[in-house]
Amino acid sequence: MNEMNSLIQIKGLRDGLLVSLDDAPWEEQRVALLAQVDDQISFFQGARLALDVASQVLRVNDLVELRDQLSERGIFLWAVVSESPTTEKTAQLLGLATRISKPRPEEGRQFSVEDLGEETALFLHRTIRSGTRIEFSGHVVVLGDVNPGAEIIAEGNVIIWGRLRGMVHAGVKGNRNAVICALDLSPTQLRIAEEVSEVLSARENPKPEVARINKDGNLQAEAWSTG
Amino acid sequence: MPAKVITIASGKGGVGKTTAVANLAVGLAMDGAKVVCIDGDIGLRNLDVILGLENRIVYDIVDVIEGRCRLKQAMIRDKKLPELYMIPAAQTRDKNAVSASDMTRLVKDLRSEFDFVLIDSPAGIERGFKNAIAAADRVIVITNPEVSAVRDADRVIGILEAEEKGPGALIINRLNASLVKNHDMLSADDVLDLLAVELIGIVPEDEGVIVSSNRGAPVAFDPKNRAGQAFRNIAKRLRGENVPFLDLDHTGGLWERFQRLTGRK
Repeated sequence: MNEMNSLIQIKGLRDGLLVSLDDAPWEEQRVALLAQVDDQISFFQGARLALDVASQVLRVNDLVELRDQLSERGIFLWAVVSESPTTEKTAQLLGLATRISKPRPEEGRQFSVEDLGEETALFLHRTIRSGTRIEFSGHVVVLGDVNPGAEIIAEGNVIIWGRLRGMVHAGVKGNRNAVICALDLSPTQLRIAEEVSEVLSARENPKPEVARINKDGNLQAEAWSTG
Repeated sequence: MPAKVITIASGKGGVGKTTAVANLAVGLAMDGAKVVCIDGDIGLRNLDVILGLENRIVYDIVDVIEGRCRLKQAMIRDKKLPELYMIPAAQTRDKNAVSASDMTRLVKDLRSEFDFVLIDSPAGIERGFKNAIAAADRVIVITNPEVSAVRDADRVIGILEAEEKGPGALIINRLNASLVKNHDMLSADDVLDLLAVELIGIVPEDEGVIVSSNRGAPVAFDPKNRAGQAFRNIAKRLRGENVPFLDLDHTGGLWERFQRLTGRK
């Protein structure tokens, strides 16, 4: 590595790379970054890149130039983090993110509750659609459908007042007494503690059912009875 | 009145986004609306072909965004409908050449001059899709009655909800009534049951769509074609008219029709 590259730090993030620059002249840093990219093009290609530019003051032209140069090399610049308000404004103008810790909304949610009691439940009144992952440390109650491609992960029980066609994992921390109930139990897959269900086919005339681990240690669904 | 900006998206590729944009644009323009459609699929340009305008392209959307031409220069006027314009995508660049704010700015300039701005989203849920929905007032999700297409549509609707793009509307494209009847295809009810959004149109499967796309004259121009009729009806619904849905099952006997009319099939 030559001396210039020491200006640049590269870290892996959960969803891409973070490149941190310091306050050395912008032109120098830009050249150094591109040199490093060209040096290890196979490593960088296709990457999502976030850029921390410290207190550099950057104008639209600076960022557009860099974005295009990165883009030509197959790198997608999605965020620019800066202490300078001017640079932040520039980044926003170009539609770039200015904070990298921001969770992206569609990517499921992890709910956490302080001081969780036995009886804490998360109540969701909506359709849980494909690509949504709900994780909760208590019980989960859904008033609505759970569609194929959606996942619900709970430490407690899961009750679906609607059609369950996605994946549900109840008792995820090993609670074998957890149950999964649904008005129409036609899931892609069910899991309770470590047990994974056999495939449950869609029912002709769906009835409310409850799935639990039976005496033999198998995950089974049975019709809901009020007895 | 400023334009309504409508994006057509699907998640899955090949379900008919571009065909829908072209036909809705034609339908709206035939009814006298001033329409511009934008090809948002940078790098995989298609809309120009379906509209039969590919050999008139001089400038494209990236040229506008990067300041190489004025917006007016990139707008191509349709051969038959003087109130219909198209802004082509760039074929030699990729999605990164455009940002969400670029799109928003571009659309802002179009709003005052048109009644409708239709945006053709690329497949997928990544950057190109995000750009295409950034400026939309309303997003129409299009799907086929197939399990994989419906699941992707579900994902797209979920993202629209998360981004607060309002309730989506749904077009079910390429429905084959005889397959549905034999339980070999999902019915419109099956699809709606899962997606739980407003249905704005059902387009029957029709060979004429492919033929006319290849000729560069959208099927909505054909007064006799049923798919064309379905698209023209959707266009009218977009203008706020109340148009009844087509009876797609013309293979059914009189008794079945009667049963459907009285409520249950």
